[in-house]
Amino acid sequence: MSMRKQFVQTVENLLAEDERLVLLLGDIGVFGFRNAFQSFSERVYNIGILEQATLSVAAGLAKTELIPIVHTIAPFLVERGLEQLKDDFCYQELGGNFVSVGASYDYAALGCTHHCPGDVGALKNLPGMEIVLPGTAQEFDQLFLQGYANGRPTYYRLSERENPVSFNVTFGKANVIQTGSQATVVAVGPALKPVLEAVKGLDVTVLYYVCVSPFDIETLKTHATSAKILLCEPYYQGGLVSEIIKAMWPSAVLLDVMGVPLAFLNHYGTAEEHDEAIGFTPSEIRARLEQLIHE
Amino acid sequence: MFGGVNLLNAQNTAMALEQAPLLRDSQAALNRLRRMIIEASAYAQEGHIPSAFSILNILWVLYTHILQIDPKHPDTLDRDRFVLSKGHASLGLYAVLADKGFFPLEELDTFGRYNSSLGGHPDTRKVPGVEASTGSLGHGFPMAVGMALGFKIKKQPNRVFCLVGDGECNEGSIWESALLASHHQLSNLCCIVDYNHSTDRALLMGDLAQKFNAFAWETLTIDGHNEIEILEALTTKTDNKPLAIIAETIKGFGCAVMENEPAWHHKFPTEAELETLIEGLS
Repeated sequence: MSMRKQFVQTVENLLAEDERLVLLLGDIGVFGFRNAFQSFSERVYNIGILEQATLSVAAGLAKTELIPIVHTIAPFLVERGLEQLKDDFCYQELGGNFVSVGASYDYAALGCTHHCPGDVGALKNLPGMEIVLPGTAQEFDQLFLQGYANGRPTYYRLSERENPVSFNVTFGKANVIQTGSQATVVAVGPALKPVLEAVKGLDVTVLYYVCVSPFDIETLKTHATSAKILLCEPYYQGGLVSEIIKAMWPSAVLLDVMGVPLAFLNHYGTAEEHDEAIGFTPSEIRARLEQLIHE
Repeated sequence: MFGGVNLLNAQNTAMALEQAPLLRDSQAALNRLRRMIIEASAYAQEGHIPSAFSILNILWVLYTHILQIDPKHPDTLDRDRFVLSKGHASLGLYAVLADKGFFPLEELDTFGRYNSSLGGHPDTRKVPGVEASTGSLGHGFPMAVGMALGFKIKKQPNRVFCLVGDGECNEGSIWESALLASHHQLSNLCCIVDYNHSTDRALLMGDLAQKFNAFAWETLTIDGHNEIEILEALTTKTDNKPLAIIAETIKGFGCAVMENEPAWHHKFPTEAELETLIEGLS
């Protein structure tokens, strides 16, 4: 099952269980939620293509003790609605769930207006915003159930591409995938897939983060014993650099970062073609990791 | 003077007329509030006095006659809601809230200070009775729409009132929200536009009643400084439509030197000016 289908299933189940839940769709996912529209017509809306008002309306719903979910494509949810997320949710300390699709270059062929590798970096600048990148459908289900009613603004980034295996994930905690002595790889969300292929046979630790914020400092401090860290992120690269440096302080860290370079991805095609173009492939990751090990 | 679609019924009018003496008595209260606003701004050397004066009659009628909110228990779930979307008029709201007992009058003296709860824009986390933190224009109104939708979902009979500025109506989110409110038939929502024409120097908004009508709202146009008209408008009931009240106002109303004087928009009285301004309150 894809993350998008899991999102529908998870939310449909919750709508039946929790009368506080209200779903606002930005004119996407309407077919997927067709059953929810029928079963919960008073709490499921195809709200339209007006993201700024939608987010503020969601804040108003939260002020009446309801739990809003806003779902649309990443650039319109995050970049167009950033001030609403900042002022209406984060500053007012309101709970809400913001579920995107199409982040980074999942919608590669639609061009730069529909690319969104900047979502995580933008949201990291909003105090109180939680940022969640599940790697599989099952992980989304676990994380959403844990977080949807926590009273805080939380961003869930659904990805078109998933990791080959699901882990038991806990909101705000990292998973130790393997331990080794020569370096540590920090893989965020669906970046774990190429990382797992890249590290085959290498004596390295792999830490898997599904929550960018809150960031699990303790797991990194405990397991990054080599002080050589390769950070692999599926968005604009370097998003977690400050967290890693702070977590490792006062130890010196040899840190390399891989992810999407800060540039407009001025091509179409497929996500895999963009992976190749920016060098975010298992072979490139392995090469950078070996270079780091031998530094 | 009423324009647009006049929805007043005889019952509303009779009620308002019955209250006319009470409304006339409010002039003393309003001048007291104006003095509090001028003094708070002068002490803090901050605040938008004319913007506050522009909406003061409306706020007074709302908090005196309309809103079902207990000042001593402003967080009860079954209260009506008022959102000041044009947050820079915060001094007007603070003065009314203090006067009604939401917080001590003395707090007005702290306005704008480092540790004060009363800032240049209202903060729901700090000020009892403030329903939404506003300041960035175009946020409060859609939040009010969300509150009204929330009440509709929960079948809660409370009403939501929101006050926006005419300059704020430049913002796209205002019209996004207007679309949503009428589409979802939020008859529990009332938007009051403080039409003091301060935005005319930048962008003419023209016939705002016609614009809200075009967005399928019921609309009324009133004198925003005539409390009987304000009360009649605010007690208007609509069927399956939100209500927009276009309140024709004068920026700085009640203080002759400030009325329609752009220089006073974000100007603070000096010590020498303070006495003159207070003496000149109408």
